[in-house]
Amino acid sequence: MSQILIRFLVGGAVVSAFAILGDLLKPKSFAGLFGAAPSVALATLGLTIATEGASYAATESRSMIAGAIAFMVFASCVSWAMMRYKVSALLVTICAVPLWFGVAFGLRYMWLK
Amino acid sequence: MQIKVDPSVIGQTRWYEYAIRFLFGGIVTVAAGIIAKRFGPGIGGLFLAFPAIFPASATLIEKHEKEKKEAKGLRGTWRGREAASVDAAGSAMGSVGLLVFASIVWQFAPRYSAWIVLMGATVAWLTVSVLIWYVRKQV
Repeated sequence: MSQILIRFLVGGAVVSAFAILGDLLKPKSFAGLFGAAPSVALATLGLTIATEGASYAATESRSMIAGAIAFMVFASCVSWAMMRYKVSALLVTICAVPLWFGVAFGLRYMWLK
Repeated sequence: MQIKVDPSVIGQTRWYEYAIRFLFGGIVTVAAGIIAKRFGPGIGGLFLAFPAIFPASATLIEKHEKEKKEAKGLRGTWRGREAASVDAAGSAMGSVGLLVFASIVWQFAPRYSAWIVLMGATVAWLTVSVLIWYVRKQV
């Protein structure tokens, strides 16, 4: 239970720190780089190495490559759809989440298995 | 184009907007750990690059830009969506850095100290992301 709480607090803090950093920066395209910061990974991997060992963290990181490619596809599609169809950010980003799942799990089963 | 720091944004953001991002960040970090325990690190690792706070951040950018333009008497809806779109394009560039981060941890975590590897991977993420952004601006 205490480990879940620590993960929650560390994760929340690291993600918020990168998000605030992104908020402060201009131009927007540069600030957007911080939207793809390794915040969840930093919060998770340090704790994972300490509790499960480095090989476990390395396996997670290998899968993270598929997650990062899925993130690239997700963010590109969100950017394109918003510019092309002028729809709201919330609608586009939520509708694009299944795309992340499809690409991430597709790559995982086709390439990383 | 020059990179600038605009501290006035801090005042525009309400406390619950910070709280939402903290909450989503915390939940995804916990979920990634639980998924890795239940289904193994191969599945859990995917969620280390999950766009956890992307919907909240994009909505926030759209809202702030809209408010800013409407305060000047301009139509803010389209401009807000354009700003969120440009931010998302930046995130797509940053995700290449995220891929480099993951590759470095995968290759070096079993051989070197955790903190050195994580720090090095973070520096590599930033360097690669900024370099791609810079090259993209030049062409």
